[in-house]
Amino acid sequence: MASVSHAAPARPGSPRWRRGEGLRALLWLSPWLVGVSVFFVYPLLATVYFSFHRYDLFTLEFAGLDNYRYLLKDPRVVTSAKNTLWLVAFMVPAQVLFSLAVAQLVTMLKAGVGLFRTIFYLPTLVPAVAGTVTFVFLMNPATGPWNQFLAVFGITGPDWFGDPAWSKPSLTLLALWGCGNTMVIFLAALLDVPKHLYEAAAIDGAGAWRRFRSVTLPMISPVLMFSAVTGVIYALQYFTQAMIASRVASGATDSAGSNFIPGYPDESLLTLPQWLFHVGFRDYSMGYACVLALLLFGTSMIFTLVLLRQFRRAEESS
Amino acid sequence: MRFVPLAVAGLTALALTACTAGKEAAPSLGAQPKPSGTASQALPAATLELWHGFSTDAEVKAFEDAIAGFNKKFPQIKVNATKGVQDDQITQSIRGGKAPDVAASFTTDNVAQWCRSGSFQDLTPVIKQDGIDLTVLPEVSRTYTEFEGKRCTMPLLADAYGLYYNKALMKGEQPPKTLSELTALTKKLTVRDANGDIKVAGFVPSFQYYENSPSHMGPMVGATWYNPDGTSAIGSDPAWKQLLTWQKELVDWYGYDKLEKFRKSLGDEWSAEHPFFKGKVAMILDGEWRNAMIAGDPKAKDMDYGTAPLPVADDKPDLYGSGFTAGTVIGVPKGAKHPQHAWELVKHLTTDTGSLVTLSNALRNVPTTKAAMESPDLAEDANFRTFLDIFAHPKTSTLPANVNSVFNQEALSTFLARWEKGAVTDLDAGLKSVDKQIDDKLKLSGG
Repeated sequence: MASVSHAAPARPGSPRWRRGEGLRALLWLSPWLVGVSVFFVYPLLATVYFSFHRYDLFTLEFAGLDNYRYLLKDPRVVTSAKNTLWLVAFMVPAQVLFSLAVAQLVTMLKAGVGLFRTIFYLPTLVPAVAGTVTFVFLMNPATGPWNQFLAVFGITGPDWFGDPAWSKPSLTLLALWGCGNTMVIFLAALLDVPKHLYEAAAIDGAGAWRRFRSVTLPMISPVLMFSAVTGVIYALQYFTQAMIASRVASGATDSAGSNFIPGYPDESLLTLPQWLFHVGFRDYSMGYACVLALLLFGTSMIFTLVLLRQFRRAEESS
Repeated sequence: MRFVPLAVAGLTALALTACTAGKEAAPSLGAQPKPSGTASQALPAATLELWHGFSTDAEVKAFEDAIAGFNKKFPQIKVNATKGVQDDQITQSIRGGKAPDVAASFTTDNVAQWCRSGSFQDLTPVIKQDGIDLTVLPEVSRTYTEFEGKRCTMPLLADAYGLYYNKALMKGEQPPKTLSELTALTKKLTVRDANGDIKVAGFVPSFQYYENSPSHMGPMVGATWYNPDGTSAIGSDPAWKQLLTWQKELVDWYGYDKLEKFRKSLGDEWSAEHPFFKGKVAMILDGEWRNAMIAGDPKAKDMDYGTAPLPVADDKPDLYGSGFTAGTVIGVPKGAKHPQHAWELVKHLTTDTGSLVTLSNALRNVPTTKAAMESPDLAEDANFRTFLDIFAHPKTSTLPANVNSVFNQEALSTFLARWEKGAVTDLDAGLKSVDKQIDDKLKLSGG
């Protein structure tokens, strides 16, 4: 009779058992690992690699720290970073608060909720380019109907997209017009707050504001956090609307001897992603564009981590 | 875990090798033993992919007619033309290994980049093989189609820029020849309403107005962009200061706010709402193609207008008659599947007189060879003749090819927008700051 040898099963906690567990974990994680490697780690490493090179999409030449040194003397980096931070500081809170306010108003409606939800959501279906072009034309200081409407009340409307003091607020108005997505999410969150909490608060004598502050806000704080974090990331990557508004408002042509000014007016609409794109795909300075990409990545990470920490603290304290 | 360092090492290796193309090299121009010209009829049958930027029906038809002429010579070569292609699409396709055989661009902005990076093939060997005499091209056209000794494109058609004037609004005045005459006439022809708002402008001096870019206006004073070593000459060439000082004086006469309000009330440059068509501006700086647009517009075609060279600095009368020129360029991208066939097509389109005249007559652009310009078949009238003369003028200039051409123009335009607004207190320091931006960028691009 032939003897059959059986390997003894590994004892839980032994090195062999741990190795087997590790391999199984890797196996189960492999789809995620592949995704992260291909779509995150590899591009990140490639970006770091190219940031040390002069790269025009065809020829690659080692440039040491030249791209990083240039970052320090590029005046448009400071300008575009300031513009981007303005959007983070003003556009995101405005968008979150406006969406929340609209959602709250819609919940208070006795009838026509569906109609208003649709009305507020509709602008999000308009392509960003079309919406921006329309906004710029509507707000044209000379021919647009918006300033003509203001003139009826004796108000001289500003040069919305042509005055650097008004260009970013004008973009914020555009963002508020298109905040239907966030509004719908808030609406769902508000409708999810248990009614009995409001009833209990009312019995305790809480007024409308107190109920909102002590019941609504804590209950929707995860949605608030989601909106704030995604809003900040969106603002840090703000590109299409700013670029289109600049181009349309400037009236510049894109022909030989172009007189286009990035970020028109006065570079007030030049955002960091826009400058990155410009450097990479208009100037073909891909190495330097990689440095800007890393700067943007680092900034996004910092903002996200700080926001998450703040919300966690706020959650723990409540 | 050993897996982590292994994965990191693997990914790093991938990253490091990402830039090296592993594909077999496509055939390049001049590689074949025989001169392409003598072997032209013996070329095997092939289908060429041609990308160009023309998009309107008339433009596409004109281009197809020119290609039909090529097909008579080379019936075995089929040409598939793709319209409306932009420069970045061309660059990306070459990078992605899917280059067309022939590519044409409306602008000259990327010629230096294409030549330096080798993304467009150097045509010098085949030009020599075929014994083409490039002196048939005006020197200025040769300038904007090559870079650092590499001729990677050929001029297809040219644009020349001059002055258009509305005869009815001119009230019998002759077109100005100097900047001071332009100023005086502008003031005379401008009409304002009771609020001081502009109803009709004599000439809009803003650098942000349609074709009034610094590259188009610079030749009015003979301004130069670069020093011989490639660094910026904007801060050191007094001509720029002369142009800006003249321009600001006129902007201030209008009042910046009034001028901006007027500028923003004007229609689209490419539409029938163009202020020149509507009689809102008496004189404009524009390209020769505006003649065709006026002729093609049902409302504007009967307008009584004239053309003239741009006015020049009062102290440089010898510049009068010259202007700015640039144009469509065409070449053979790296990775073209049939480069010899492609060269024959490029050669035909850029040097064959019949082809150039056909294109010019259809598109009303300036043909780029002397023979085509002097051809009796070239349809011309007095207004078009103005631009042929500007193009042929020995002092007509272009924007020299530069790897940072787009960046450099935008750096100056950005400064000029601040300047005309009155936000610049020290013009010399401002122009020097433009120099610094351009020179810093030049260093970043490898000098």
